[in-house]
Amino acid sequence: MIIKAINGFTTALKGLSLTFKHLVSGNSKRQVSHISDNNYFKQLEGTTNTIQYPHQQLPVPEVGRYQLDVEIDDCIVCDLCAKICPVDCITIDSIKATEAIGQTSDGTTKRIYAAKFDIDMAKCMYCGLCTIVCPTECIVMTNQYDRSFFELKDLTYEFADMPADVAAEKRRLLENQLAERQAAKLAALNKKEGSA
Amino acid sequence: MNFYITYFLIAIGLFVFVAVFTLFGVYAERKLSAFIQDRLGPTEVGKYGLLQTVADIIKLIQKELIIPASADKMLFLMAPLIIFVAVYLGFAALPWAPGLVPAKINIGLYYILAIISIETLGILMAGWGSNNKYSILGAMRSAAQIISYEIPAGFALISVVMIAQSLDLQTISLQQGVLSHEKTKFLGFWDVSATGGILSWNIFRAPHLIIAFIVYFIASLAESNRAPFDIPEAESELVAGFHTEFTGLQFALVFLAEYAMMFLVSMVAVILFLGAWNTPLPNIGIVRLADWTTGTAWGILWIGAKTLGLIAVQMWIRWTLPRLRVDQLMNLCWKVLTPLAFVCMLISGVWRLWLM
Repeated sequence: MIIKAINGFTTALKGLSLTFKHLVSGNSKRQVSHISDNNYFKQLEGTTNTIQYPHQQLPVPEVGRYQLDVEIDDCIVCDLCAKICPVDCITIDSIKATEAIGQTSDGTTKRIYAAKFDIDMAKCMYCGLCTIVCPTECIVMTNQYDRSFFELKDLTYEFADMPADVAAEKRRLLENQLAERQAAKLAALNKKEGSA
Repeated sequence: MNFYITYFLIAIGLFVFVAVFTLFGVYAERKLSAFIQDRLGPTEVGKYGLLQTVADIIKLIQKELIIPASADKMLFLMAPLIIFVAVYLGFAALPWAPGLVPAKINIGLYYILAIISIETLGILMAGWGSNNKYSILGAMRSAAQIISYEIPAGFALISVVMIAQSLDLQTISLQQGVLSHEKTKFLGFWDVSATGGILSWNIFRAPHLIIAFIVYFIASLAESNRAPFDIPEAESELVAGFHTEFTGLQFALVFLAEYAMMFLVSMVAVILFLGAWNTPLPNIGIVRLADWTTGTAWGILWIGAKTLGLIAVQMWIRWTLPRLRVDQLMNLCWKVLTPLAFVCMLISGVWRLWLM
């Protein structure tokens, strides 16, 4: 009985000394360093490990798979990303232009307007396939991971910068051009038939 | 008429003290536990998170008082009040400095032991009134535990009372320092009446009181339902024990009672074993350290520092030791602490007869 009691006291003392060591060992804020740092695990010993999140952030790799971002000026609206997406989270509404409308930063000629370029981040599975197929590398994954919204619809990111009336105007132009071509074709056909 | 005003002022003062102590006690506990576990604890509200518990209490005050549909309304509403008032009344008899005591009662110690036993009643009322199986289990455990542990605690205290020959806490305090009217002997042979300091504390006047002190300290942990004896509110099995159903201010009152109880039992331990408001510094020759550091302000400082030190030890133990099982708890109480306390009492009698 007595041996048991003494045993209890010695083990309790051992535990108490252990916690006391932790109590008096460095209680300073954690120094944030990159995981590739040689000191990364060593610096976690003997001090607090909490990352004070909004004030401190662990550095993330620049090419991590986080939020999608589209540089719409570089987009040629080829629709490849929407086609490869396994979960169909990219919706593109395209309008053919009546002529070449400019060049992307890598020199590709743009011929299609993007009336709508929506990515539903609630559906996105962060596979990154869209960034691989993109011929102009305009769709990329950024290192932004801290985003939250109150409304589900806010999770649909809209990248197209074309106002609705402009889009309608372009559509009308396209229709006119198509109609003109159709008429020209018809006229040519008639002429051919007439001459024959 | 005037003394009524004094009474009210003292009562309000004590309440304010208890409330402020609880607020910063909770903060200290959270910080201490955080540092022990290599965390940071509260850091956001105020400098170093100092105002965190103030924010918490403001939140608690705003909360709705919810009474469960099947609860016994009367018992449920009364319980937190009784739990708190029982502990709060105990503060009345505690001396703070030479000549400074809210109520000078010549059976002060007896009064304290009696009045804090009422807390058990409040806990039972809370458990029964909640009409919830976890609450009643917690309350039964708590009652069993508190009543059991009052025995070793009581006998450990009696062994001091036998040495001091008084139940008056102010008299017991007076004996343990330079202001003593009677002879004080260090370990029973060296007259230290004029030296004072740590040498004349009760645990050194009669060294077996160190064991009595440890017995009392362990028992007091159990009485205030603190880990490792917190089976009444064992979170992993009973949600929160007897205060599961309480919200808002009622919950705050239960919390207030727990921290007030910690302070009370620590202060009783300090008064009976660790020299009460007496300075730990002895007179050495012409360096009259003990004389210089005795007085009203010094008394409050010393007793406050010693009590807060003991509370820190309580917290330290809480964040180190795992919870005891209920049979281990009773084993410890009845088979280890109670016999030890009895032996201490016996030695106290012999000590008093032969060595003092």
